[in-house]
Amino acid sequence: MKNSMRLLGAGALLVTLGLAGCEKPPVEVVQRGYRGTGMEQVINPGTFKESVAANQAPDAIPAVPASGPKAKDVYQNVQVLGDLSAGEFNRLMAAITEWVSPEEGCTYCHGMEGFAADDKYTKKVARVMIAMTQRANEEWGEKHTAPTGVTCYTCHRGQPVPEYVWTEDPGPKMAAALAKHPTGQNIATPAVGYTSLPYDPFTPYLEGDADIRMAGDTALPTGNRKSIKQTEWTYSLMMHFSQSLGVNCTYCHNSRAFANWEQSPPTRLKAWHGIRMVREMNNDYIGDTVDYLPDTRKGPMGDPLKLACNTCHQGAYKPLYGAPMLKDYPNLATQSAGSKQLISASASTESMATGATGGGE
Amino acid sequence: MSLEYQNIFTRVQVRGPHYPGVSIGAENENRIGTPVDNYWMGKIGDAQIGPFYLGSLGLASIVCGFIAFEIIGLNMWASVNWDPVQFVKQLFWLALEPPPPQYGLSIPPLNDGGWWLIAGFFLTLSIMLWWLRTYRRAKALGMGQHLTWAFAGAIWLYLVLGFIRPLLMGSWSEAVPFGIFPHLDWTAAFSLRYGNLFYNPFHMLSIVFLYGSTLLFAMHGATILAVTRYGGDREIDQITDRGTASERAALFWRWTMGFNASMESIHRWAWWFAVLTVITGGIGILLTGTVVDNWYLWAVKHGVAPGYPLLEATPLVDPLTTGGQ
Repeated sequence: MKNSMRLLGAGALLVTLGLAGCEKPPVEVVQRGYRGTGMEQVINPGTFKESVAANQAPDAIPAVPASGPKAKDVYQNVQVLGDLSAGEFNRLMAAITEWVSPEEGCTYCHGMEGFAADDKYTKKVARVMIAMTQRANEEWGEKHTAPTGVTCYTCHRGQPVPEYVWTEDPGPKMAAALAKHPTGQNIATPAVGYTSLPYDPFTPYLEGDADIRMAGDTALPTGNRKSIKQTEWTYSLMMHFSQSLGVNCTYCHNSRAFANWEQSPPTRLKAWHGIRMVREMNNDYIGDTVDYLPDTRKGPMGDPLKLACNTCHQGAYKPLYGAPMLKDYPNLATQSAGSKQLISASASTESMATGATGGGE
Repeated sequence: MSLEYQNIFTRVQVRGPHYPGVSIGAENENRIGTPVDNYWMGKIGDAQIGPFYLGSLGLASIVCGFIAFEIIGLNMWASVNWDPVQFVKQLFWLALEPPPPQYGLSIPPLNDGGWWLIAGFFLTLSIMLWWLRTYRRAKALGMGQHLTWAFAGAIWLYLVLGFIRPLLMGSWSEAVPFGIFPHLDWTAAFSLRYGNLFYNPFHMLSIVFLYGSTLLFAMHGATILAVTRYGGDREIDQITDRGTASERAALFWRWTMGFNASMESIHRWAWWFAVLTVITGGIGILLTGTVVDNWYLWAVKHGVAPGYPLLEATPLVDPLTTGGQ
């Protein structure tokens, strides 16, 4: 009897440990496609509630008139926001302080040499970031960001450095004799949902433009030599999407034919453009800041802290669950002439070697 | 009274003097270990543990298996820089990966897939030696070779996955990594790469036989336990001398579904279902990538995949075909 109680106890402990990584049931299922096709979103009301609470937009600062003297005539060295009225300009500066450096205040970007000087790297970065935000809203609006739109708060959430950023991951230290570790996978990583998939899906896809499509487009073999290893890289990027947006595969794909566009929800097209938007941001905006960034704002490989899907989304299928913050800050909605000059001339044409994603045909 | 047949544990433990089995002449000395009794093993099988027949094939198989196990384990440990804590924490994630695609079928450097080839070689050798051992032991006991051929079915699937299909594809990289989660992620990636394995008819058959096996197992186990009180556990005698247990079991199934297996045929059903799981599974894997590249498109072409109403009034179009980059 005593023995069987012990056995039961051990069994209960094993079950508890085995389920420790699971979410607390019950979950809710929302049907989003034809019946029987599994086009469903699985939502855990408990974690969803937490996520909604954590993704609330702050109150907008009261609007000010767009008339009156322009910022470029009142202040010096205003390169991107010069066409705003001085009132609008100051309102936006106040908002940025609240969004990005509420504790550090104005001096996070503006140094001893006065407001006009570019003595701090943070000010130079801020200028690039404003230009980047304006482009995200104007150029990528239809494709990805509208109608929610992007403000500084979308990523920063009251912190000088957004919580979710990435740098090139050199991987853990390995004993060289046995494991050269060319695989870049098989280590538990939150970035890819604790799968054993490649742990840095960012460098090849969100900075480089490695091929994401793996499945062949003909029934019989006609020369598609994409490898299973390459597919694992694509898979890891998709895990990042899923984690970042708090959704399952069927948010963007019909899982019976992942590659098929005709059967995919429109969200897939948004995501497709999103990849290209983030790639542009990482290469043509953030990439250029590396020259004046201090080492504390760079990764172990010396590259700047960069964007991925979760930088804005932070677990929500729409950043801040679609709160349309941008409408209160129309100055961030369109690019100024100065802003257009800040996009890198190099454009996002650099491509990663396919070897990085297990290719090699 | 009836409760005693619903216990998951064996109710009866017969304990006699320890018995090493019939004399096998010169090979008697291969039987190693002094028999011991174990109460808990008695709950799920025979309480007597040992002696164990080792022999030359068994020894060689265990040595080869140990070599493969060590190579895999040491490579995993090396990949966390010999950190014992990380080795335990990451154990389910760690893997020994096959060579990257650029090596094709050539011999890669040891630390870039070479160890995978060596581990695979020794693991295969170990399995083949163990297979020969099942053949020899069955022969020594005057048994049929049903177990040997069933095991060969499983080996067929193993060889297709790790050897035959990679050979046909011209690349070791097509094979499965050694690792707990990595081989599962590999499986999912395999299906994604080849357009959804669920549309592979041999995969369908394999699932039918796999699930069918579990169903048959449950039906048969339940039937025999249910008539044990009438002597139904003497199944093999009852092939020819049915008795009331067999009659009742047969009647039960004939009354509930109109047809019943016999005491002999039910074991053939079980054997074939189990063996066909891996035979059809192996065929399905072998055809993937070699003969069919996208199973979904294949299924559409042959009218297997049904069409459904479209999600959107204007379905999505591949942005690459409309000028996107």
